[in-house]
Amino acid sequence: MPDTILHILLVLAMPPLLLGVIGKTKAAFAGRVGAPYLQPYYDLSRLMRKGTVISETTTWLFKAGPVITLAATLFAAMLVPFGRHPAPISFQGDMVLFAYLLALGRFFTTTAAMDTGSAFEGMGAAREVTFSALAEPTLFFALVALTRLSGSLSLTPMLNHISTGVWMTTGAALLLMLAGLFVVLLAENCRIPFDDPNTHLELTMIHEVMVLDHSGPYFGVILYGAALKLYILGALFVGIAAPFTSGDGYLDWVLFAACMLLLAVAIGVVESVMARLRMVRVPQLLVAATILTAFSFVLIVR
Amino acid sequence: MTSTMRTFRNGSALPLGDVPVLETESFLKAILDATVHGWRVSSYFGLPRGGGLRIYCLMSSDSRGSLGMAAADVAGNAFPSIAEFCPQIQMFEREVAEQFGVVFEDSPWPKPVRFERRLTDRTAAGCRTGRPSDVGVMEYYQVKGHEVHEVAVGPVHAGIIEPGHFRFQCYGEQVLHLEISLGYQHRGVERLVLGGPHPASLHQMETVAGDTTIGHGLAYAMVIEALSGTMAPARAHALRGVALELERLANHTGDLGAIAGDVGYLPTASFCGRIRGDFLNMTAELCGSRFGRGMVVPGGVGFDCGPELAETLLKKSAAARTDLANAVELLWETPSVMARLENTGPLTAEAARELGLVGPAARACGVNMDVRRDHTFGIYSMAQIPVATASTGDVHARTLVRWLEAEKSLYFIDEQLRHLPGGACMGKSNGLAGEHIAVALTEGWRGEVCHVAVTDDAGRFARYKVVDPSFHNWPGLAMALRGQQISDFPLCNKSFNLSYCGFDL
Repeated sequence: MPDTILHILLVLAMPPLLLGVIGKTKAAFAGRVGAPYLQPYYDLSRLMRKGTVISETTTWLFKAGPVITLAATLFAAMLVPFGRHPAPISFQGDMVLFAYLLALGRFFTTTAAMDTGSAFEGMGAAREVTFSALAEPTLFFALVALTRLSGSLSLTPMLNHISTGVWMTTGAALLLMLAGLFVVLLAENCRIPFDDPNTHLELTMIHEVMVLDHSGPYFGVILYGAALKLYILGALFVGIAAPFTSGDGYLDWVLFAACMLLLAVAIGVVESVMARLRMVRVPQLLVAATILTAFSFVLIVR
Repeated sequence: MTSTMRTFRNGSALPLGDVPVLETESFLKAILDATVHGWRVSSYFGLPRGGGLRIYCLMSSDSRGSLGMAAADVAGNAFPSIAEFCPQIQMFEREVAEQFGVVFEDSPWPKPVRFERRLTDRTAAGCRTGRPSDVGVMEYYQVKGHEVHEVAVGPVHAGIIEPGHFRFQCYGEQVLHLEISLGYQHRGVERLVLGGPHPASLHQMETVAGDTTIGHGLAYAMVIEALSGTMAPARAHALRGVALELERLANHTGDLGAIAGDVGYLPTASFCGRIRGDFLNMTAELCGSRFGRGMVVPGGVGFDCGPELAETLLKKSAAARTDLANAVELLWETPSVMARLENTGPLTAEAARELGLVGPAARACGVNMDVRRDHTFGIYSMAQIPVATASTGDVHARTLVRWLEAEKSLYFIDEQLRHLPGGACMGKSNGLAGEHIAVALTEGWRGEVCHVAVTDDAGRFARYKVVDPSFHNWPGLAMALRGQQISDFPLCNKSFNLSYCGFDL
């Protein structure tokens, strides 16, 4: 029970901190002081207190989009084990539900974007759907490879099966898988080199352009949902990359949180040393990620 | 060519009567002939004479270093268009049509330029042009077909930039056509100086494009000096050169940073933002204004530079040079940045020549031109700056040319500050000659800045024509986007970094 409560607390409270850490890392590389670590929280509270402007051409879908997306992402967050602790909800086949909860969220984000009838947002929706369709096989290859390793179709046993021992025997396959998953992590969360979350240039945006019309609390919900998505995909990544356990349950939570912050720093470093890809190159990198995880699957099955 | 046009040098004035007035046909033929021989249209404007209108064409030959001018009277209200054979003149023809109500026959693209009211419309003098809502309202070129869609951007943008409207015809992510509609910042600069020079004229010229304060201010000062027969002293020329190159450095540095920012490469973006400030501050040490306001005045410079100040500036420029070299080095060393810049928004040298592009945008395509070398003025006739060109004409080339020019400017500033000529920094000025026409070209950081002044018999401005380099280059941006990805537009736009207010006047 305390584990479940801690899980829920982390899900609710920690995601924006990752954005703060990424921002600080990028600022350090650029020689700036940067916004405070807690800036994303201030932003959220500011947005929650703001009013909303809603275009007359929109329907209920526009308002439902952010809410359904957040709900789906929250549910997905309950399926992912954090560190060595089991997820609050776990059953055979939940990995499929996990993948499609994220897809459901994306469906409603893009539908809400198209609901505005704006040329920009339609363009953004088209890009988002194209790129995530290419990112999905990578995720599934990774999940199927993990299933094969652990003999389970549920995320908790899948990830908890991985240990230092497993790394010793199938390290090469896991490395390939991690590389693929890191690409998906960046692509799904609109980070550089796929998308620039800080850009103001509408024509180059992927995710940001879809939410241009949302304002106030709706936009706050979207921002929080995006941070949460980064958090749970990050947790999946950390679950494979850092299969350490200290033996003490509470220390493990601290270890997990530290690993998540390290991941945020890693993302910040990648964003600082790389430019964005030209948009026509994005599918190529995503397909490369799929091939990496496919190889890892082959290595595990052989 | 030389037989039909009056040729002269940059920064000179000649009696208005010396400009040959040709028959319409030979006038147009002279222009077309000249463009075939590598001359460019630098300015093309109308001058109301009596009840009618006379059109003047100023052409420049970069290889010969001379300017040529001819004129023709408009019979009635119609004039033949040659835009089809000489694309670089199309924007000028549209401008004359808008300012004087001339109908250009067979014009392939008879559209408004900046939605201004007639220049000759005296009745409404002093009040603002039309209704602002009229700006940008016109028939846009449209592509029809399955899966073709239209994207409209601006005039209100997501970033803090000037207003302009961009209409894309897209097939998926590919841009088939881009139409740019400006005019939102039309202030009527040319109308304001009519009857001048007024006390405010210099300051109005400095703000034609705020980031080209020295470029436009210098051109204005040269026009006044030519008309009044004033000689600026050598010390003033050197200081003007320093100010002009500092302006170039600040803007090129800002652009290098902005290009890095647009591709999401933060280190260079942040460093260049700071270094641009260093250059602006150096200009401020020189004249008290970060943008160089009041530095250049007709007859000389408004502020002298003592030995201590020169020493300080030398130290600062040495520090800025190291910082800038380090920041820009990061760009060339990062493969992901290079992959993003190369082959994005390419223009051929041929297209650049046809469209009459100027400045770094033209040099990036391999067009070897620079007013500082081709039509020398002031200090540049003594101290030459090598012209930096590239060949690919893409965003990478425009970035590279900016960096090369910045490097050369730094050396130039160093040299000038070490060997500042002695003496005064202001010359004696007289009244302006009447019935004269004066031309001044300068190389602003965006390219050729062209000012032409015509005086009436009392020595007051009867017509003042300003051509900002952006006026030549906006069509180049539209052309560079053809067949490109729409997501590359912001990057292409930044690599040109054209002025909206310089165009809108």
